Amino acid sequence: MVLEFSKVQKSFATSDGDVPVLRGISFDLAAGQTLALTGESGSGKSTLLHVAAGLEPFEGGSVSVAGQDLGGMDDGARAALRRRDIALIFQQFNLIPSLTVAANIAFQARLSGRADDAHTDRVAKALGLSAHMSKYPETLSGGQQQRVAIARALAAKPKLLLADEPTGNLDEGTAEEVLEQMLDLVSQTGASLMVVTHSPAIAARMQRRLHLQNGVLA
Amino acid sequence: MIRACFSALWSHWRRNPVQLFAYLAGLALATALWSGVQAINAEARASYGAAAATLGEGQHDQLVPRQGDRIPQERFIALRRAGWLVSPVTEGRLAGLRLIGIDPVTAPGGLAGLKADQLLTRGTGGAEQVFVNPQTAQEFGGGLAVTLDPDIAVGIGIADIGRVQNLLGHSDLSRLIVLPDQPLGRPDLSAIAPDLRLQAAQQSADIGQLTDSFHLNLTAFGLLSFAVGLFIVHSTIGLAFEQRRGMIRTLRSLGVPLRLLVTLIAVEMMAWAAIGASLGVVAGYLIAALLLPDVAATLRGLYGAEISGTLQIRPEWWLSGLLIALLGTAGALAGRIWQISRMPLLASVRPRAWVMASAARFRLPTLAAAVLLSGALVLALVGQGLFAGFTLLGCLLIGAALALPAVTSVVLSGFEGRARTPLWEWFWADTRQQLPGLSLALMALLLAVSANIGVSTMVSSFRLTFIGFLDQRLAPELFVQVETPEQSTALLGYLDTNAIEVLPLMSVQTRVTGRPTELYGVRVGPTYRENWAFLDARAQPWNAVEAGRAVVVNEQLARRAGLWVGDNIEIDTGVILPIAAVVGDYGNPSGQVVISQTLFQRLHPTQVPLRFGIRTQDASGLRAELSAQFGIAPNAMTDQAAIKALSMQVFERTFTVTAALNALTLMVAGFAILMSLLTLADLRVPQLAPVWALGLTRRWLGWLEVLRAVALAALVFLCAVPLGLALAWVLLSIINVEAFGWQLPMYLFPAEYLWLGIYALGAAVLAALWPALRLMRTPPSALLKVFANER
Repeated sequence: MVLEFSKVQKSFATSDGDVPVLRGISFDLAAGQTLALTGESGSGKSTLLHVAAGLEPFEGGSVSVAGQDLGGMDDGARAALRRRDIALIFQQFNLIPSLTVAANIAFQARLSGRADDAHTDRVAKALGLSAHMSKYPETLSGGQQQRVAIARALAAKPKLLLADEPTGNLDEGTAEEVLEQMLDLVSQTGASLMVVTHSPAIAARMQRRLHLQNGVLA
Repeated sequence: MIRACFSALWSHWRRNPVQLFAYLAGLALATALWSGVQAINAEARASYGAAAATLGEGQHDQLVPRQGDRIPQERFIALRRAGWLVSPVTEGRLAGLRLIGIDPVTAPGGLAGLKADQLLTRGTGGAEQVFVNPQTAQEFGGGLAVTLDPDIAVGIGIADIGRVQNLLGHSDLSRLIVLPDQPLGRPDLSAIAPDLRLQAAQQSADIGQLTDSFHLNLTAFGLLSFAVGLFIVHSTIGLAFEQRRGMIRTLRSLGVPLRLLVTLIAVEMMAWAAIGASLGVVAGYLIAALLLPDVAATLRGLYGAEISGTLQIRPEWWLSGLLIALLGTAGALAGRIWQISRMPLLASVRPRAWVMASAARFRLPTLAAAVLLSGALVLALVGQGLFAGFTLLGCLLIGAALALPAVTSVVLSGFEGRARTPLWEWFWADTRQQLPGLSLALMALLLAVSANIGVSTMVSSFRLTFIGFLDQRLAPELFVQVETPEQSTALLGYLDTNAIEVLPLMSVQTRVTGRPTELYGVRVGPTYRENWAFLDARAQPWNAVEAGRAVVVNEQLARRAGLWVGDNIEIDTGVILPIAAVVGDYGNPSGQVVISQTLFQRLHPTQVPLRFGIRTQDASGLRAELSAQFGIAPNAMTDQAAIKALSMQVFERTFTVTAALNALTLMVAGFAILMSLLTLADLRVPQLAPVWALGLTRRWLGWLEVLRAVALAALVFLCAVPLGLALAWVLLSIINVEAFGWQLPMYLFPAEYLWLGIYALGAAVLAALWPALRLMRTPPSALLKVFANER
């Protein structure tokens, strides 16, 4: 399994005491599988994704990515795992504004020491970015910026791709187009994909669907 | 990974070159002024060291005359015969060059900057050679055959004692150096040479100590400029971190470990800092080279200290410049790095520079300001000594700077409350909101303007006082110097016969209250009675002085000896007289005692007046007459106007350095505002876009930005005036007294302050103009992006 959650618990401290967000979540994701995680706002979807990426610590249960247990890892080890095996796509794109499109796309691959120019070019071409490689993110439209974020994630050849509302900032037509391209590339690279989304249409395009309600999987 | 991270970090500067320029320029400016001042100080200290080595001061005990300044040659022979191991030194001036003659056979090793045996062994003509520094050779070497030796202090020529005696035309000695190892059982000094006294090494006048206060002043200015420059660095680092928060979050989410990221950022910023500081050291060298001639003139004018006019690259100043710049940067970085290391990985990426300027935000600095200003008040009331004076200055300046944002915020709130239209309400509120981003630049401006007000008040007060002082001291219309006692007698006879009022000027170097002092004998008459204004005096002081029952002392001696009017002072062995008056004596480093001519001649019967002040309505006619009658050379007669002009020239040159540092500090502050506004400009777009969308043109917004800078500069200027006056008071009444030994009256110069205010506002307009023009030309698409939720 690429991703395994077993009885994962997570809560946030507030002035009114600890508020549980994830209550004993268990599921797994096999290599090459796609999974949609849906749920209402505040149901804990993004938190679950952040836990899977090693961005948020968790209190109970276990999480393993590519066979490695996140629970016993320090910050450095989690960062190394993210560089090597995980890629993230955010709703707000999170590109580096001072780097060109080409540099942004190659960035994570360079970080993980797996830079492959031919593969990067293929990904960029597949996402229709070839003509924009020397531009800076601020000069691109929202759809184009999200394509750059997807290209950056897939150019690093991750085992696990985690996407948080990847088309949430895009119009319907662009969203459909970007999603299509992302799924194509995911299937070509053999990565596992977990998408957090509100959209039933996007969820319907995934092989598996999980619904989170009040911190438990329904 | 490290390479990829560095490329991402570097890309920020590539895309924000103005910010990088601000960072490098801020550091370079700060380091330049600091290392420039340090370079000057190091050069001066090296010169003092060379001079002390050359003259043997501070190293060996010496025998000096109890009265006068000459020792007969026989006294040396008598001492040597009695077993005293002493070495003779004679010195005097020849065409401006200070000639020192030493005896190479008996001189202690290391004296005079060259080995004494050089005088013996340098060819057959060794005893005839005069050794000078190359710079001295350029200035004085015209008529004298010299041998160059870079180890000899500037302005001094060293030769065999016989050669110097020949050149100076006398056979006397100036002093005798006592060698360290003396034979046991040698007779007492009083038995062989009762007219000599033993002066211990540490009691000799150390020019290094004397000029310490001047260098401390320079250092304080350098430090102030450094602080102003560091404000720019602090501000730029802060903005760079704010703008890179998003990048830092992205890098971490992509798998860059926090520790590595922090290390890379620190390395990157320190590498830039090293480049900026190196540029600063180079600029510092240029500034120092430019200012050194004026500093040399100042030191010569104020203290009679000669320093080299050529700057050398000494590690002590360039290393200290680099080190302080890197430490300053590290200090500014530490806080930001600590913030990053505590920043949650998923924290908002919105720049935090835009948090509202709330009262809570200013609470801590305001509290610190209150503590510092209270400390300044306590020091002003009870503090003593130069260190306390400078601590008071530091508390006052830093306290005021820290209080500035809170004060400005309160004033802007007041304007906001009184605004009648929504536009102006927004304008004042928006100005207040910008305070956190601009506060460091405003503090820099406050320090620069108040330092300018303080120092210009001090200099102008000094100028007014000095002009009055010159009128008082240079009352005689003509000053004449004769060469022989016979000429002196003949001249006095001629002037008395022709009923021309003459003031013989007689003086000897002596020690009063253990301090080197000039003892003057004056012919008390209407000139002294009418012209001399005292700082303090008992009734009819000149009557008592004329009768030989009292003395007048200068302020320097009075303050250093802790004496004042009415106190007794011993001016010679057993001669104790009360002080009738204390007189201001500006620009003179040493003590002075004035007694009547009669008393002076009783104490020093061998002294004959060779200098005279003459009261006449026809100075040029009398000059011609004296030249014809007594063969007095024209250059031995100086009229009052020429001396006054020369004195004022020395005075003005003395403060050239201060004026230059003042102007540079103001420029640095203007630059700080420009850089802050430029670096803030991009972050301001999300704030200005809604106002633009509501119907305000970009042109209007641009002009409002200029107006905002002017309003803030005006507020800062209003705060700087009282602060600058407080600074002037501290400089005149505390620092000056402690450093130089005299107090100056403080005058106010409103027109000068007004001009300074105009300059400050002008600097603010110039600084705001570029960002405002950029805003006016911002394409609508850039403003529209704010609403596209794409930022």
